[in-house]
Amino acid sequence: MQQSRSKQQVMAQYKELVARLTPKSKTAQGCLRAFWVGGLICVLGQLISDSARRFLEMSLAQASLFTSIVLVFATALLTGVGIFDKLAKYAGAGTVVPITGFANAMVSPAMEFRPEGLVLGTGARLFTIAGPVLVYGISASVLVGLIYYFVM
Amino acid sequence: MANRMGYQTILYQNRPWIVSSASAVGPREGKGPLADRFDLVAQSADFGQDSYEQAEAALLRESCRICLGKANLGEKSVDAMLGGDLLNQIMPSSLAARALKIPFLGMYGACSTMSEGLLVGGMLVDGGYASRVLCTAGSHYATAERQFRFPLEYGNQRTPASQWTVTGAGVVLLAAPGADSKPMACLTRACIGRIVDMGVTDANNMGAAMAPAAAATLCGYFDDTGDTPQQFDRIITGDLGSVGSGLLLEWCGRMGHPLPEERMMDCGLTIFDSAQDSHAGGSGCGCSAVVLSALILPKLQSGEWRRVLFMATGALLSPTTSMQGETIPGVAHAVVMEGVQ
Repeated sequence: MQQSRSKQQVMAQYKELVARLTPKSKTAQGCLRAFWVGGLICVLGQLISDSARRFLEMSLAQASLFTSIVLVFATALLTGVGIFDKLAKYAGAGTVVPITGFANAMVSPAMEFRPEGLVLGTGARLFTIAGPVLVYGISASVLVGLIYYFVM
Repeated sequence: MANRMGYQTILYQNRPWIVSSASAVGPREGKGPLADRFDLVAQSADFGQDSYEQAEAALLRESCRICLGKANLGEKSVDAMLGGDLLNQIMPSSLAARALKIPFLGMYGACSTMSEGLLVGGMLVDGGYASRVLCTAGSHYATAERQFRFPLEYGNQRTPASQWTVTGAGVVLLAAPGADSKPMACLTRACIGRIVDMGVTDANNMGAAMAPAAAATLCGYFDDTGDTPQQFDRIITGDLGSVGSGLLLEWCGRMGHPLPEERMMDCGLTIFDSAQDSHAGGSGCGCSAVVLSALILPKLQSGEWRRVLFMATGALLSPTTSMQGETIPGVAHAVVMEGVQ
């Protein structure tokens, strides 16, 4: 018992040393980059939506859907040609949080696991990253829907 | 026992020779500071193969052929091949051994594989169980990312302590003394590392997971043999990176064996330069293997260094147990190499 306590002490000392000697991520810089790139993507989305309503005479619902389709397509294309991961390395949450992050999370495993075949490779591994978002996102929306149904 | 010293150190009575070495690397490593020392630099990361796994196997296979070619030996003249890599079932090594048809023993020590292979291979030669042994280790950035992290095109940011898996394979040919002309160096001692786990769980800070194991092996070796760090031209660690190297200095100091900073070298900090954006440095089985083949052994051969301690370090990480909350066990095996003049 005494020995295990001293072992715990050594581990605690090491943990403290690791915390001191490990460089930290640059949070302020990261926030700034995420803000301006993420903001720009949102401005772009608004531009697409407004243009769709004005020039293509879409309803608000149609224009929203159209915007998502355009952004997802653009991300898929940029992922395919190997540009998106470089952009995301710079922008971090700025590209992850908008729908662009979701599109990238689908396309990148689809490409990655292509050598294992279309069914057991791409097909089976397509949702490895986006899967949890879908499971818990959809579950949460059903839960909120139920609450809304009974309470309102 | 005559062939042992203290608790964990081995003496090679006959001093097995290192007669040849070779390295084959990917394009990124081929743009680093050691560029013109490698025997083969692949033009593309897939090395003309159908998958990155096949590319990793091909790099291993080709570096074995180059190594034997340098010694003017055929594959039939090698008694055993000891090798490993980072992938499940150490598949690239098995594929390489399948092509070479050399009797094969698979090794797994994560990034410590190169020194593990040398340590055991040295015993085979020293004990007279083999006259020539090929020791290999390789890794590939793309295959390691897929197995341990994310798809290549997935957009994420790396933390400052993360390391970059080296694409490359390093091979060393051991032989019984006198069997071949002019060795590059010889093996004199080795130290089998204990697994040390200080409770690090961050898979993006493997230097921190491995540093205590490296410290334990070094201190164990110094206690067993009475050697001092000053008796080595270099004490070379595998892939501790900038974070792990700092931790090793600090931790060894606290354990009563202060290390001279000017004699320390880390392969992970040698293979890339700071402009290559590899954060805390290179890692992977191939990292220490290619630096050993391309830099360390030639320096021992030329007489620039006379005695080095080569200690590849491994984070024995599994994605499955990591997700289950298990901490990362570390290991480090040391091999003492001396020039033969």
